[in-house]
Amino acid sequence: MVRRIDCTGLYYRKQNKIIRDAVKKGETEFILENANGQRYIGNGINEKIKITVNGVPGNDLAMFMNGPTIIVNANAQDGAANTMNAGEVIVHGNAGDVLGYGMRGGKLYIKENVGYRTGIHMKEYKKQVPIIIAGGVAGDFCGEYMAGGILILLGLNRGKETPIAGDYLGTGMHGGVIYIRGEVDEHTLGKEVSVLEPDEKDMKLLKKHLSEFCEHFGFDLKEIMKKPFIKLLPVSSRPYGDLYAY
Amino acid sequence: MTSELPPEFIVKVDHDRCRRCKRCVMSCSFGGMQFTDKVVPEHRNCVACQRCATFCPESAIAITRNELAYKENANWSPETRQNILKQAETGGMLLAGMGNPREYQIIWDHLVIDACQVTNPSIDPLREPMELRTYLGRKPEHLEFSVDANGELELATELAPQVKLDVPIIFAAMSYGAVSLNTHRSLAMAAQKSGSLMNTGEGGLHTDLYPYSENIIVQVASGRFGVHSEYLNTCAMVEIKIGQGAKPGIGGHLPGEKVGEEISKTRMIPVGTDALSPAPHHDIYSIEDLSQLIYAIKEATDYTKPVSVKISAVHNVAAIASGIVRAGADIVTIDGFRGGTGATPMVIRDHVGIPIELALAAVDQRLRDEGIRNNASLICAGGLRSSGDVAKAIALGADATIIGTAALVAIGCRICQKCYTGNCAWGIATQKPELVRRLDPQVGAMRLSNLLTAWSLELKEVLGSLGVNSIESLRGSRERLRGVGLDEQTLKLLGIKPAGIGQ
Repeated sequence: MVRRIDCTGLYYRKQNKIIRDAVKKGETEFILENANGQRYIGNGINEKIKITVNGVPGNDLAMFMNGPTIIVNANAQDGAANTMNAGEVIVHGNAGDVLGYGMRGGKLYIKENVGYRTGIHMKEYKKQVPIIIAGGVAGDFCGEYMAGGILILLGLNRGKETPIAGDYLGTGMHGGVIYIRGEVDEHTLGKEVSVLEPDEKDMKLLKKHLSEFCEHFGFDLKEIMKKPFIKLLPVSSRPYGDLYAY
Repeated sequence: MTSELPPEFIVKVDHDRCRRCKRCVMSCSFGGMQFTDKVVPEHRNCVACQRCATFCPESAIAITRNELAYKENANWSPETRQNILKQAETGGMLLAGMGNPREYQIIWDHLVIDACQVTNPSIDPLREPMELRTYLGRKPEHLEFSVDANGELELATELAPQVKLDVPIIFAAMSYGAVSLNTHRSLAMAAQKSGSLMNTGEGGLHTDLYPYSENIIVQVASGRFGVHSEYLNTCAMVEIKIGQGAKPGIGGHLPGEKVGEEISKTRMIPVGTDALSPAPHHDIYSIEDLSQLIYAIKEATDYTKPVSVKISAVHNVAAIASGIVRAGADIVTIDGFRGGTGATPMVIRDHVGIPIELALAAVDQRLRDEGIRNNASLICAGGLRSSGDVAKAIALGADATIIGTAALVAIGCRICQKCYTGNCAWGIATQKPELVRRLDPQVGAMRLSNLLTAWSLELKEVLGSLGVNSIESLRGSRERLRGVGLDEQTLKLLGIKPAGIGQ
């Protein structure tokens, strides 16, 4: 059964408690109507439930989340998927700053643009690899301090003058990979990354993840794959290893 | 370039006593001992960690300073000149471990405690009950009661979650990565045995320690290493680390040498990479943002765990602490400039931050003045060395105290300050399996537990001499302290009178 919650005037603490209590009783699907800035939706939930958010969720959506799927039929605010461990977040719009901070696993699909410091300090361990795909463009410091994970920027529907990512792209990066559909200006790159051409394995991986992305948002995979991608990798696994005296 | 640095220490081996067992050669993890036909010290590599000397069965080893390597000069100390040479050779920042070792005034040593004589009786703690129990967490402004159907009185006020301590001394945050798993095991077992707490630091919690959850503080720091919903719920409380006394305002940097397979798994970063904790949390740029993280953690723990916020003692600490309490923290932890670290630039460790005594007094007073002192417990850290320091800290306003360096000394640390090399010969600040093995967690736990027992006995003696029977009666009781040799402004900041003045 689907549990519908009308979020009009509902304080986040009460709303999230309703969800947590219902999950404990075995509820698996929720639809939040008229969401209007309620924070922490899906926070710390370990069960594989589904939450559909109609309206704009507040900050720290899916923070510490560990299993659920969240579909947002609007924009997401700042701090979505903060330190998320597992599950999926699908946003049919833009997402704000610090998207996927310290993300440890799971998938994040954003239809349009993302803010500053996207994917900062994402991590990975063996098969647990977080993925962020944004259909639009990203702000400054995208992929900062990345220690793992996959970050894909598509730059769809952007103006001619709009760069696909802001300044300091991949600055401090020491693990993981960023794929970008299009070119980036050398001067926007962090000192710790280099640009490479994706190989066959990369293209296979891109196709796999992008076909899921296209399914969610109704984009044409062939159309997306027509344009060449570039791949950013950290130059060194120890970017700051030589700053110190012995 | 060949190094022109003279050796800092000279290792003297008494070859008459030496029975050539080579134990010292095996002990030294810094390459300071060779064996040809006899033991030959490599002075240049010696860090004076005393491992070889301690375990020499014949006591044939003595480590001394290389006295005249630098000619005496009151302005140009050997260390100053050594540092210049190192930097001239490498062009690098100087790294340092442990706490600030410089000769700043130690205010604890200028505070003295009161005692009862004649007019009010002291209490004998050996025969009378003496209470050290402490509860950490937000306290209500007042209590409300209701009467149930049977006419029984019951508490109507909903209490915020509290953490019970049997001793007002807990172990400092030291990450798995900076210190070994056997160090974490020792701390966790001792905390459980003594009714205290250990703190994971920012490197996550090894699954082996999950059974000790009731005696563990889990930390959430800017690198978010090892933070997930299970971690947040495997603890007595959660701590947001904003700052550390040894390195206020800068991030963490665990050298790649210390990131092996297990650390890589716990932190989720590649083997051999440096574990980088950004200087700020990138989701906290204001008190409002801090509040957002505090409540994110409360949501993830269903409001069952107190949330602490740890900051380093800096100039504006009182106003910051006030903001932290208003942001919803249940506990504020303040770490003074003597607090330790596994690695930090020396310039930061030695020159940034303020003494914990002043910070503690300022924060406690500010929270009282604003009428919000009950909203949060106050924990102080940063170079506390004895039960005397603990008693003075509690009289200055701390609810509980933290020991880090003292705890490590208890399990073998000789404060050689080379934690950042990963070569710790005592199995503490290292990840090398052959060195980690040297620390037996059972023995470590026993030594730590002994230390807490000993300090508890001493605290009870202090309370007894003060004529009170509970630590609660000493808490924030600055009237029981006096200053010796402190200037007027310092006394005013500490809120105490100079010795010699009565009530």
